[in-house]
Amino acid sequence: MSQIGSFALLLALALSAYAFLAGTFALLKPGATSERLGETARRAGIAVFWIVLLAGVVLVVAAFQNDFSIEYIRQHSNIDLPAPYKFATLWSGQEGSLLFWSLLLATYGFVLRLRHKTDTRLFAYASVIIAAVQVFFLLLLNFAAKPFALAPGPMPADGNGLNPLLQYPEMVIHPPMLYLGYVGFTVPFAFALGALIMRYPGEKWIRITRVWTMVTWGFLTCGIFLGAHWAYSVLGWGGYWGWDPVENASLMPWLTGTAFLHSVMMQEKRGMLKIWNMWLIFATFGLSIFGTFLTRSGVVNSVHAFAQSSIGDWFVVFLALIAATCAFFFFKNKSSLRSEHKLESLASRESSFLFNNLLLLVACFTVLWGTLFPVLSEWVQGTKVTVGPPFFNRVNIPVALLLLLLTALGPLLAWRKTSLESIRRNFLGPALGALASGILLVALGMRPWKDVSYFYSLMTIMLSVLVGLTVLSEFVRGGRVIARHTGQNLFSSMVQLAHRNTRRYGGYIVHFGVIVVMIGFAGSAFNQDVEKEMGYGDKVSVGAYTLVCKSYTQDDKPNYSSEWAVMDVFKNGRQIDTLYPERRFYKASQQTSTMVANRSTMKEDLYVVYEGLNQDTGRPIIKIHLNPLVMWIWVGVWLIIGGTVVALIPNAAPVRVTAPVRVQAAPVGAGD
Amino acid sequence: MPLPSSLRRAAQLVLVCVALFAFMGAGDQAARFNDLGHRLMCVCGCNQILLECNHVGCKYSDTMRAELAAAIERGDNDDLTLQGFVQKYGTTVMAAPTTTGFNRVAWIMPYLALVLGIVTVSLIVRAWKMRPLVLPEGAITPIKGEELERFRSQARKDTEL
Repeated sequence: MSQIGSFALLLALALSAYAFLAGTFALLKPGATSERLGETARRAGIAVFWIVLLAGVVLVVAAFQNDFSIEYIRQHSNIDLPAPYKFATLWSGQEGSLLFWSLLLATYGFVLRLRHKTDTRLFAYASVIIAAVQVFFLLLLNFAAKPFALAPGPMPADGNGLNPLLQYPEMVIHPPMLYLGYVGFTVPFAFALGALIMRYPGEKWIRITRVWTMVTWGFLTCGIFLGAHWAYSVLGWGGYWGWDPVENASLMPWLTGTAFLHSVMMQEKRGMLKIWNMWLIFATFGLSIFGTFLTRSGVVNSVHAFAQSSIGDWFVVFLALIAATCAFFFFKNKSSLRSEHKLESLASRESSFLFNNLLLLVACFTVLWGTLFPVLSEWVQGTKVTVGPPFFNRVNIPVALLLLLLTALGPLLAWRKTSLESIRRNFLGPALGALASGILLVALGMRPWKDVSYFYSLMTIMLSVLVGLTVLSEFVRGGRVIARHTGQNLFSSMVQLAHRNTRRYGGYIVHFGVIVVMIGFAGSAFNQDVEKEMGYGDKVSVGAYTLVCKSYTQDDKPNYSSEWAVMDVFKNGRQIDTLYPERRFYKASQQTSTMVANRSTMKEDLYVVYEGLNQDTGRPIIKIHLNPLVMWIWVGVWLIIGGTVVALIPNAAPVRVTAPVRVQAAPVGAGD
Repeated sequence: MPLPSSLRRAAQLVLVCVALFAFMGAGDQAARFNDLGHRLMCVCGCNQILLECNHVGCKYSDTMRAELAAAIERGDNDDLTLQGFVQKYGTTVMAAPTTTGFNRVAWIMPYLALVLGIVTVSLIVRAWKMRPLVLPEGAITPIKGEELERFRSQARKDTEL
């Protein structure tokens, strides 16, 4: 089994190298022979997909067959591991996840090479660049992080098992989603670099990569929030985002990718920001690689980084190569990136995109800066400092609020120039609505002057209302026009409106999802928690809830033993639920994990954690969190995904309305 | 172009509210415990905020919480309390860099980046506005001024958007 996998990886490396070299040669020396050579390079790239897929399948089969002669399987699986997690073994450790990276890249490359007829030459460039990235990952897999390396000594009877924190359903889909996002940015990067190298005229390459970029962004968004949901459900500390370096690593390319998705519209519509967009996608790809480097090099401390290893050096060299290649071709061909239009007014869609990009990049810089500051501090002053949530929240929340304000303003601004009168007319209603929401919240008991977090929370909600109302007004205004012409009701007209310009209105749905997520974040200012050791019949109250410990017990399963409590939940004296917070002890890895019991509603989450038994009294310690509005975050994510899907749907053909022709009534008697 | 007086008044009102909200504050002992407990890290290696460390049997968090409560009870001010923790557990006990010495750079840089970014974007916008548009030969001459406004107004009327 190990030999098949190792051979597959070696063969894939050889073919990738061929796809890169032959493809490069074919592009450098155009001609009939080169065309045939280029075709062989393309086919070699396609073959790489099947061979890397074979290597991936071999690793998964080895996990299912409990082949502990392979060191990776011994480290990350065990006999009693449930089947879905055996499948997830593929991306559970350093070597397997790199193989998974390579497999996803090969898959993207496979699809791209099959669609080469869209624009043969541009696709050939993109294919060569993807082959170069693939060569790097296959070099790692063949020489630095071998997934099929044999375990030393005799084959053990059982493996060490999968990390218990990863034994959770979301962990089966969170990493693939995140990796699809990370890896996917290679495709727009390859097209951008290819377009720069060949001095590609026009913006066609942007239209080609639009779908790739949006799909990738959607996957990354999904991956990030699945990770947040996993952290919330498994880690048991009551939160979903801890500004851990690994979380930050995924956020950085998301921020630059989001900036790219906005600014690329300026290039498409107005032929502007060409240099900026080029560097933005270079940075996004670079940050994806940098994030992979951060999680694997041991440069920063993280609760869920991979073990420290020597592959960090490989990534440093690769990052340097990427930067040098991008810089070289940029300076060589930057004359092809001249802007076609000038900015006419500060009050325009163009300038709102510029400021949107600025804020997103400042947020990205802040995250990068905070993540790396401990390393810098150790280097400069010899002592490491912690840069945790207080820092990130303090510097990022104001930026996020400004972004929300721009999200509200942006759609109201027209391309080229908008009159102040138009802004006032369209903005006044939503602004009054936002102000009314703020007054209502204060009347309902929110006291923003008591704590800065309450103030931020109030501002977040007010600005979210502002964005929501501007989005709604955009739908209603457009819908009314269609309704007037077609006679349909307003809702059908709005659906038709969205279908006519899916990108624009899909984007608005994404914005709406973002504000729902932001309202969810705002709820965290009002979190409450209480911790108590609870015997039979003991009660504890938090908010409007009272929890009674009905019993606590233990169980034993092949993969783990567990302790859990049975907690009856009362509200206003009436029992409304029973919760089962649990703590598991995984036998193979000798580690514990929390299974949170969560009663989630749109208003709040009653989040109950079984922290463990007090060894002296034998009674469980239960921690109860009351977290307002958390479900809004997950609902918002669904809206973001829905909006992304809408934006990917092709536009419907515009409905042509025949203008009624007024026929003058013939005078009585005419024609007689 | 000056802002209409109603908008100016609204802006002033918002500014006053922001200032009020930002500078008013209240603190009792529980709030101070919560605030300081969220500015400290548990040092058991879990990388969690002190008040969020949820490990049963954690050798540090219970002791640290008790020390924090005792310091507040004694009437130590925030700086003294935090300094006591730094002396006992090292600089990594603070959840965020301090605002002294080199650590100040950590706080300055993001804001500096924002300010520099705004200045740069403003300069870019200005430069773009001043830049003459180079049109290829034979291109249609761009319309300007009143004529442009008339066309825009017509387009708005036609599309009603």
